[in-house]
Amino acid sequence: MKSIQDIEEEIVEEFSMFDSWIDKYDYLIDLGKSLEILKDEFKIKENIIAGCQSQVWLHAENKNDTIEYHADSDAIMTKGIIALLIRVLSNQRPNDIIDAKLDFIKTIGLEEQLSQTRANGLKSMIKQMKIYALAYKQN
Amino acid sequence: MKMIDPKKSFPILDTIVNENKLVYFDNAATTQKHHSVVDEITKFYNKENSNIHRGVHYLSQLSTKKFEESRAAVKNFINAKHNHEIIFTKGTTESINLLASCYSKILKSGDEIIISEMEHHSNIVPWQMCCENTGAKLKIIPITELGELDLNEFKNLVSSKTKLVSITHISNSLGTINPIEKIINISHENGAKVLIDGAQAAAHVNVDVQYLNVDYYCFSAHKLYGPTGVGVLYGKENLLNYLPPYQGGGEMIQEVTLEKTTYACLPHKFEAGTPNIGGVIAFKKAIDFLTETKVETMKEHEDHLLNYSTDSLNSINGIRIIGTSKKKSAIISFTVENIHHYDLGLILDKMGVAIRTGHHCTQPVMKKFNIAGTSRVSFAYYNTTEEVDYFIVALKKAIKMLS
Repeated sequence: MKSIQDIEEEIVEEFSMFDSWIDKYDYLIDLGKSLEILKDEFKIKENIIAGCQSQVWLHAENKNDTIEYHADSDAIMTKGIIALLIRVLSNQRPNDIIDAKLDFIKTIGLEEQLSQTRANGLKSMIKQMKIYALAYKQN
Repeated sequence: MKMIDPKKSFPILDTIVNENKLVYFDNAATTQKHHSVVDEITKFYNKENSNIHRGVHYLSQLSTKKFEESRAAVKNFINAKHNHEIIFTKGTTESINLLASCYSKILKSGDEIIISEMEHHSNIVPWQMCCENTGAKLKIIPITELGELDLNEFKNLVSSKTKLVSITHISNSLGTINPIEKIINISHENGAKVLIDGAQAAAHVNVDVQYLNVDYYCFSAHKLYGPTGVGVLYGKENLLNYLPPYQGGGEMIQEVTLEKTTYACLPHKFEAGTPNIGGVIAFKKAIDFLTETKVETMKEHEDHLLNYSTDSLNSINGIRIIGTSKKKSAIISFTVENIHHYDLGLILDKMGVAIRTGHHCTQPVMKKFNIAGTSRVSFAYYNTTEEVDYFIVALKKAIKMLS
């Protein structure tokens, strides 16, 4: 299992190859399109993350001391960002998820790419993922 | 057609966004400010600042005089009968809340208020609160597939129980120009008073409150090339005199003892506290600009932009325009098949085009058309067909990226 740190470094390296915002966006759109489909049974009101401008559903499962995340959104760019977060945090141990600094977001300039409202949505998403980790840890 | 040089009058339009020249198509949210408005604000704070009314000193008299000149300018702009029928607020939302708050004190159970399905949330929520407080009932005029008010249904809803009809002049999400003259006439035949929410209208169509015979009319300065934080509530003199005051405080009193207060006369009765003096004074410059350029001249140009961009948008596959009334102002809401409006807005922004995306504070309209939101472009007098061309190219590029 790769550590969160390793995966973050991978992503930073991938994004360093892009010169323009168009390339970056194209990549996020591709990631969004390839995100695994969230089953309808998980697209429920309880799984909607508040504070996002587009609809975002997040579902988490406990698998062998790690947490597996599944998510979806009706906006493709949002899905691309979700795909990155899932790649970093899914199948990791709750403690590591809770402690993750997620510096890659800043390094690849994701926050600058987003409007203020969307950056807030991103924060809500991360917060919700960490809350799940905290909940599983306590159970 | 006489064209202004936008660079000269609206310096902000020179802004470079992500290495592209800004194309500002979010005018229904707020228009950019005429340079004379900005200059006046600077001048006010540098040379004229003082609190208004009751001051005996030079600056206070100067600012009071200019503040009242703004009131007179607004009065002339909408052809009110008296200066004191113009109440300054902080915006359309406060104007509506002011009236709703006053009506909360005079309505009773069994009374009815009528609004419509196309209202901005700020013309829905205050009336819901008013109804909660009084036991009055809120009735809703539905809209048709074209995004027009169903007037037949309105005729069924209105009755002697109706105390107030509060309708938008122009829909901020659909662009529909409503037949407010008819609505006012029908309401009056039934003894109901009428408030028209003119937020999207006052800069785009001529408003003559005496000709319309409207009871209340409100709008915001910031959608008329003026500053934010300044709004207007017009009301007929006898009605404003009849209504109880809104907020208590300074300025709105005649005499205060610790036991009992008598209230000041109009317009001060509704203007408690220190207002946005600099904003109100600078607002006059925006009105001067509108008056000199003439609203009908602006409308002609904006109608041209509306038709031109409607045709351009309709030629793109997968685009659906929401709000297809024959009588529209320069606002176009649209959806693109299988593409989310936020994705579109984000990519257009990268290309320098400012549009608005979402539900535009009209969630019932979105529900009616069964959509989560739209992308909306809205024009002002300074926009050009060249900008529309650039927008269409950018839009096609964005659609390609997202498909």
